[in-house]
Amino acid sequence: MPGSILGTAVVRVEDPDLLTGRANFVDDLPISGVLHLTFVRSPVAHARVRSVDMADARAMPGVVAVFAAEDLGLPPYQGLMVLNPACERQPLATDKVRFVGDAVAVIAAESRAAAIDAAEAVVVDYDELPPAIDPERALAPDAPLQFEALGTNRAAAMHAGSDDDVLAGSDVVVRGRFENQRIAVMPMEASAIAVVPGDDGNGHDLTVYVSTQMPHGVANKLSETLGLPVETIRVIAPHVGGAFGGKPGLAAEHLVAVGVARHLGRPVKWIETRSENLVAMPHGRGQVQYVELGCKHDGTIVGLRLRIVGDAGAYAGFGGALALGPTRIMAQGVYRIPAISFDAAVAVTNTTPMGAFRGAGRPEAAALLERIVDLAADELDIDPVDMRRRNFLQPSDFPFTTVVGTTYDSGDYEAALNEALRHAGYDELRAEQRQRRMRGDRWQLGIGVSAYVEVTAGGAGSEFASVTIDTDGGATIRVGTSAHGQGHATSFAMIVADRLGIAMDQVRFVQSDTSEVPRGGGTGGSRSLQLAGNAVVGAADLVLERARQLAAQLLEANPDDIVMTDDGRLAVAGVPASALSWERVAAAAADANEPLAAEFDFRQEGATFPFGAHVAVVEIDVDTGAVRLLRHIAVDDCGRILNPLLVAGQQHGGIAQGVAQALWEQYVYDEQGNPLTSNLADYGMPSAAELPSFETLNTETPTPLNGLGAKGIGESGTIGSMPAVQNAVIDGLSYLGVRHIDMPCSPQRVWSAIRDARAGTLPPVWREPPPVFNSTRDTAGAGVAAEAADDIDI
Amino acid sequence: MTELAAKGRRSPEVASTLHVNGRAHRLHLDSRVTLLDALREHLDLTGTKKGCDQGACGACTVLVDGKRVLSCLTLAAQCDDREVTTIEGLASHGVLHPVQEAFIRHDGLQCGFCTPGQIMSAVALLHEGRAGSDDDVREFMSGNLCRCGAYPNIVAAIRAVAARGSG
Ligand code: FES
Ligand code: FES
Repeated sequence: MPGSILGTAVVRVEDPDLLTGRANFVDDLPISGVLHLTFVRSPVAHARVRSVDMADARAMPGVVAVFAAEDLGLPPYQGLMVLNPACERQPLATDKVRFVGDAVAVIAAESRAAAIDAAEAVVVDYDELPPAIDPERALAPDAPLQFEALGTNRAAAMHAGSDDDVLAGSDVVVRGRFENQRIAVMPMEASAIAVVPGDDGNGHDLTVYVSTQMPHGVANKLSETLGLPVETIRVIAPHVGGAFGGKPGLAAEHLVAVGVARHLGRPVKWIETRSENLVAMPHGRGQVQYVELGCKHDGTIVGLRLRIVGDAGAYAGFGGALALGPTRIMAQGVYRIPAISFDAAVAVTNTTPMGAFRGAGRPEAAALLERIVDLAADELDIDPVDMRRRNFLQPSDFPFTTVVGTTYDSGDYEAALNEALRHAGYDELRAEQRQRRMRGDRWQLGIGVSAYVEVTAGGAGSEFASVTIDTDGGATIRVGTSAHGQGHATSFAMIVADRLGIAMDQVRFVQSDTSEVPRGGGTGGSRSLQLAGNAVVGAADLVLERARQLAAQLLEANPDDIVMTDDGRLAVAGVPASALSWERVAAAAADANEPLAAEFDFRQEGATFPFGAHVAVVEIDVDTGAVRLLRHIAVDDCGRILNPLLVAGQQHGGIAQGVAQALWEQYVYDEQGNPLTSNLADYGMPSAAELPSFETLNTETPTPLNGLGAKGIGESGTIGSMPAVQNAVIDGLSYLGVRHIDMPCSPQRVWSAIRDARAGTLPPVWREPPPVFNSTRDTAGAGVAAEAADDIDI
Repeated sequence: MTELAAKGRRSPEVASTLHVNGRAHRLHLDSRVTLLDALREHLDLTGTKKGCDQGACGACTVLVDGKRVLSCLTLAAQCDDREVTTIEGLASHGVLHPVQEAFIRHDGLQCGFCTPGQIMSAVALLHEGRAGSDDDVREFMSGNLCRCGAYPNIVAAIRAVAARGSG
């Protein structure tokens, strides 16, 4: 787009407020008379609740009320999707608690301190039950049941793809059991909600300020759950301090907060503490993957057999369904794979419910593919890069429908890999690796490669935007997405500046308020630019059309002859002196009693499929197992780029989280279900000191599915980096015979692998999957959850 | 009723004078109130963020007598008669501090929740003379976590200010 602002690096318009402390997050809002809520949470993973004694707590100074489930009488909580209706969750536990952190009662007090003190005075009599913590063991026939009526801990199961032996005809079959570990979402702002009940004078009976990705989703779910007309609920997301999939609409605690506020008729707020966040906010990932890849001697892939155990946590958290949805639909990845057989079984466990974390099921697919391809390359003695090149789908293949039924829009996988290798200096890196090995250096070099494709803006694929020309000649954009760090105020203003010639500082941006924006899907699944961005384009174009008609009337010309001048005014072609400002045209519209404004709902025919290739370079101390990430090269293709500054930011953040999972992060429970990583000191989230500055590049392969040619970028960095880094660590130790290390590749695990390799006692990379898969092929009813899971956009 | 509950766990109130961003505030607070809560809940200075309240994230970083401290681990009473600078006090007369400017230019923030802490920490680090290399910046900013992963650009922003010598 020559001469256009689109495609250029524009600094963010939202920064100044955030940089000066003026920006309000939920806990910063002044709400007079607000009560503070604190939850009484279960210290045990699985127990029957005998009694809840709230008398002492109620008598404490500053305490206004204490509620257990029966005091509020709230309907069951429903999250983003229901994986299994038999695993119903009450917003406050009734008969049983099912994970450490399960809420049993709630305190409303005049101060936060009073609420916390009172929570400790609530005495709950727990009758402890044996817990099921490990998802594979939870599926064993003798495991303690979380829902007795269900008769099993298997919340869902499915079979998809081929019914035949997909490995038949292979010369070699490589097999691996991989853990894609449970991790914490950890937005720096934890959950937060403030509820103001009662008439706001504007037709609302309930006003909710909430830290969320999906304000309309919260309003709709509250309306559905509480039976309130949705137009009486106003939901506002002020500034949101990160979400990453962890704030996808209504949380169980939100429902309680609304219940308490309505019960007391007073405003309340719940600001989650960090320790609470680590047990209460749904976790992400949590898959055990049994992967078998059949190949010819030359590396050509013959077939892929997958059996996956998904951990849904307590109450069948919707994250458990991600194995059935995104992981399945992305199971073919970037390769020609003639046949895939896919089975998954999802377990409820006595752990924090599972939800989404950046990538939500797609990183899990990319990770298993990139790991097994590396194992095959190792087995066949083919360079991992060559192994990939021999099997890539080619640009001429698109649009391409995979054997699991997913239709990819566009791609050039080899180009991205070539670019990453060129930038990394792959051959020189391999040469240095050989030298270090020959010298027997203490710090050995590992080089990891990954190639991935992922899916963005799946599901319903529609979004709202409106553009209004204000009386001062500026414009107001309203969108149904809800940015929380992605820079939408900037990118959408760029679009209006481009289409209408209105300067960016004249563009106002409205989002995240259900009373200002009629509908919206929020921000998740890397959907925002491609859906809302194109909706802004649509609305701006409609506005322009109307403006040309108005200008034509004013100038007594034909609308077809009205053009936009270089300085953003409307004039008769060839007569620059006739130019009218937007202010003038807007005034004419106002005189005609029809404000200059347009709405547009952009609907996209199908999802888009960003892709890319990453190269990670690590150094491994073979004496201690310490790993240092030296370089990380990312080539991410998100279609046509609107603002490279914002794209790089998303790449950085995504990579940081993928690297963190590969090397450090894991949410750990002991055998009894006690969390061992429930604060920032125990949980290995990286700081700047652990990460290098990443080398982020892009190729640009536009999607044909929207006018901007844009695909999503929010999650690519995570999806590409995690397998590249894991592969790099294993590659660095391959000369010792190490073939696999599960994530996180912590010093302890790496050191153990080195020790075992030297002693010739490396554990096998494969073992037979649990018997649960003997019956996944004849499971009825699981298809519903799978289809719903396909549509998840987090 | 337990003995603890009966007492309501009140601690004695203490009087202290906090000089925050150049203004003196006389406060009478429970002796357990942290500087962070004093700022946020008693002085309406909500720019300083609470990311953990456990001294592990750096979101609450402010300057006390020019040195960076975690305000969640500092009692308000300890700051009697000391100069506290928060994010609200950094820009003067509407002109952003060079570190704030650099964060815009280098895109050193995304959601912005960790940002006040990052900036206060960066300002102090520049005074400490610890911004001599990218690695130094990374090491001496390691107490300020950013889940959005804006680290590369935060480092670039700080280095740019250091290079111009205008911390
Ligand atoms: S809030 Fe003080 S370090 Fe996290
Ligand atoms: S900018 Fe979001 S946590 Fe740092």
